[in-house]
Amino acid sequence: MTYVLLQNYWWILIALLGGLLVALMFVQGANLHLGNRSLSDTQKRMILNSTGRKWELTFTTLVTFGGAFFASFPLFYSTSFGGAYWVWVLLLITFVFQAVAYEFQNKKENLLGVQSFRVALMANGLLAPFLVGTAVGTFFTGSDFTVNKVAITDPSAPVISTWGNAWHGLEALGQYHAVLLGCTVMFLAAILGSLYILNNVDDEHIQAQMRRSVKLSIGPFLFFFLSWTVILLVRQGYAVNPEGVIYMEPFKYLHNLLAMPAVLVMLLVGVVLVLISLWQGAFSASRKGIWFAMPGTVLVVMSVFFLAGFNDTAYYPSCTDLQSSLTLDNSCSSYFTLKVMTFVSCLIPFVVAYIAYAWYQMDRKKITAQEIESTPDKY
Amino acid sequence: MDVVIWSRIQFAMTAAYHWLFVPLTLGLALVMAVMETLYVVKKDEFWKKTAQFWIKLFAINFAVGIATGIILEFEFGTNWSNYSWMVGDMFGAPLAIEGILAFFMEATFFAVMFFGWNKVSPKFHLASTWLTGIGATISAYWILVANGWMQNPVGTTFNPDTVRSEMASAAAFWEVISNPVAVSKFCHSVTSGWVTGGIFVVGVSAWYLLKNRHSEFARKSLLVGAIVGLVGSGAVMLSGDSSGIHAAEFQPMKLAAAEGLEDGGNGAAFTIVPGIKVPHMLSLLATHDWNGFVPGINDILNGYTDHEGNVIPSVAEKMAMGREALDALAIYRSTEDPEIKAEALEQLNANVQYMGYGHLEKPEDVVPPVGVVFWAFRFMIGLGMLVALVLLLALFAVWKDKLADWKWLLWAAILCIPLAYLAGQCGWIVAEVGRQPWTIQGLLPVGVAISSLSAAAVQTTFIVFLAVFALFLVIEIRILIGAIKKGPEVEPLEA
Repeated sequence: MTYVLLQNYWWILIALLGGLLVALMFVQGANLHLGNRSLSDTQKRMILNSTGRKWELTFTTLVTFGGAFFASFPLFYSTSFGGAYWVWVLLLITFVFQAVAYEFQNKKENLLGVQSFRVALMANGLLAPFLVGTAVGTFFTGSDFTVNKVAITDPSAPVISTWGNAWHGLEALGQYHAVLLGCTVMFLAAILGSLYILNNVDDEHIQAQMRRSVKLSIGPFLFFFLSWTVILLVRQGYAVNPEGVIYMEPFKYLHNLLAMPAVLVMLLVGVVLVLISLWQGAFSASRKGIWFAMPGTVLVVMSVFFLAGFNDTAYYPSCTDLQSSLTLDNSCSSYFTLKVMTFVSCLIPFVVAYIAYAWYQMDRKKITAQEIESTPDKY
Repeated sequence: MDVVIWSRIQFAMTAAYHWLFVPLTLGLALVMAVMETLYVVKKDEFWKKTAQFWIKLFAINFAVGIATGIILEFEFGTNWSNYSWMVGDMFGAPLAIEGILAFFMEATFFAVMFFGWNKVSPKFHLASTWLTGIGATISAYWILVANGWMQNPVGTTFNPDTVRSEMASAAAFWEVISNPVAVSKFCHSVTSGWVTGGIFVVGVSAWYLLKNRHSEFARKSLLVGAIVGLVGSGAVMLSGDSSGIHAAEFQPMKLAAAEGLEDGGNGAAFTIVPGIKVPHMLSLLATHDWNGFVPGINDILNGYTDHEGNVIPSVAEKMAMGREALDALAIYRSTEDPEIKAEALEQLNANVQYMGYGHLEKPEDVVPPVGVVFWAFRFMIGLGMLVALVLLLALFAVWKDKLADWKWLLWAAILCIPLAYLAGQCGWIVAEVGRQPWTIQGLLPVGVAISSLSAAAVQTTFIVFLAVFALFLVIEIRILIGAIKKGPEVEPLEA
């Protein structure tokens, strides 16, 4: 195993975890329906208990995504998390509230009342996909940071990665291209959520509402996704030459797409799968759209990561100091760490298998109003 | 106060909150898994209902543990940016493995355990309950491998080209995961969780006995809780002893601070409380030799010869060598001239083991807050012993059938619940305050490990996190008390 091979392998795993994270954000999207006034309290609890059986998977994927990024590309962890401080803190706070909202909201001792925790879940439902999407959007627009490894020899300012402005990440909200991706992911999560509930809950009114929600989301989703993609393909990008010097290249991401036909195929297959799921959710009688939307999402997100990092591209560029930009090679862990973790990663199929088995066992029967009203095992 | 202090306060607060929820998770997991096993083996509905009650309490507590845990993980990046780069190569791997191996197991099987009573077979449900607890325990192992490495950084070399500590070889990974400090920390922390879970079950059961409610449920729960708690207590004592030996070997300053030992010597005495000493005891514990040399704070500052005859330089000398290493690194990184580069590298390698000391301002910086560590150590041991004693008496009372008569013991058991938590918090204070100023022992002081943020930014997030966690704690305690008052659904009220 060469060092470059290991770096690429870990970028594929990071992309996979990123793809799974976005696909599993159906939890966030579905929780938006807790604010739907046409649903009764029982119907809202059906949705709550449906996502309540899955939210920990999404949450754990986020944590593992962070942990794997830390382990394989630690300079990204130190630069982005320590630099874009407010973005990550905001994201974490919405997840912290999500973590307790399920267990607390229907307990009478919860001090804040059921409505507050539902609002917390909806805030997480909007902000988490939006912030994650915008953060990934900066993989293409660049951020305001400097990396100087000699800094540690200077006692007065020893920090290697420093952010250039006091907004600490919030300035990304002013980069319209990154924000377009944020909005895309937000609407995608809403669509995934509706498709998931459509599949998982047996209730005619809820199902009609889910189909309506998919219909309403198609327009904005396609608008944001297509505008983001078109701008991506025409914008200049951050390229790396064989000496590791970073330079701007016109149409870099279009070049990447054409240079890597496999990624082009992944992207197209992913997009087609998502389009099929949209049609199934909005215009057919099928309830299986989610089974197309999730793999489609994984493929599209992975191809976005590949466009950002492969084919001699800086995946986390600095627009302040071009040479500070992070590439797979200059930000990754040592050879031995990547190698050891590669052995550990062989356990991933086993993990996926038991998750799939447990999911199958738990979801054999769809959620019904009768179950929610009679079982004590619920949120 | 500067950003270093605020970053430390924020991290300490998050860790302390996290450790309020984790011990109960680890301990209750074992208790409820044992109970559910009794149900599946004996096919007795009583044990099913009993297990279900404790699982309900487990779930309430579990949520807040997750909420505080995610903040901890990301704070390594958000607030300890330099740390993430400089030791991420060593520290990141256990964290990632924790996610892959443990978190998914916990998350998946928790959902089956919580929702699955009527959906999966009793055996699959039992397996899920065990796997939830095993997942939590594996998770503890990996995070303590990471923490143990911070206390005793094995298997690493400094790479001047990347400016970080790197995994020295693939085999070095085994050094990291079998680090003796990590192993005893794991045993100590997990089994202290069993004590917390045990006394929690005993205390809650004692309350039912005092109220004359659910007597059979309470007696049997109390028995399981007392056994789990006592097994835990024994293991805590054994692993605590080896933690002490490791401190003597790898972190002598921590031991000196925990003992308040200004000046060390041969045949050092162990201080129980100021004024009461056991002669030679400290030497015996730390070096396994009646007259072994144990360095005090001043010995470490001024240099000494340890009990194996190694000459340890003074802190001032270490700082000078560290400074030389840092200067050499600066030259190495800035020059293109191969000769100067080679010379700088040689000078760097000669002094690299003390490079962390080069960041310090004055020798006294290596002394942690002695009073805090000294008293936390004593409270940890004292409270831990008290809880163990109450558990032992509870077991004795069950055996002699005196539970209903010994009301004072039932009250003592309830009072011991907060005391067990206090002991756990004190333990972490000894471990973490005791190693100041180091984030990584000898390699990286806290002042260099930080992110480039303003003190005001970290102060703001500290206040926000504190408020949120405090709110969650209050709500959790209210919900727990509510659930306890409502009681298990095993039998009608007897009162």
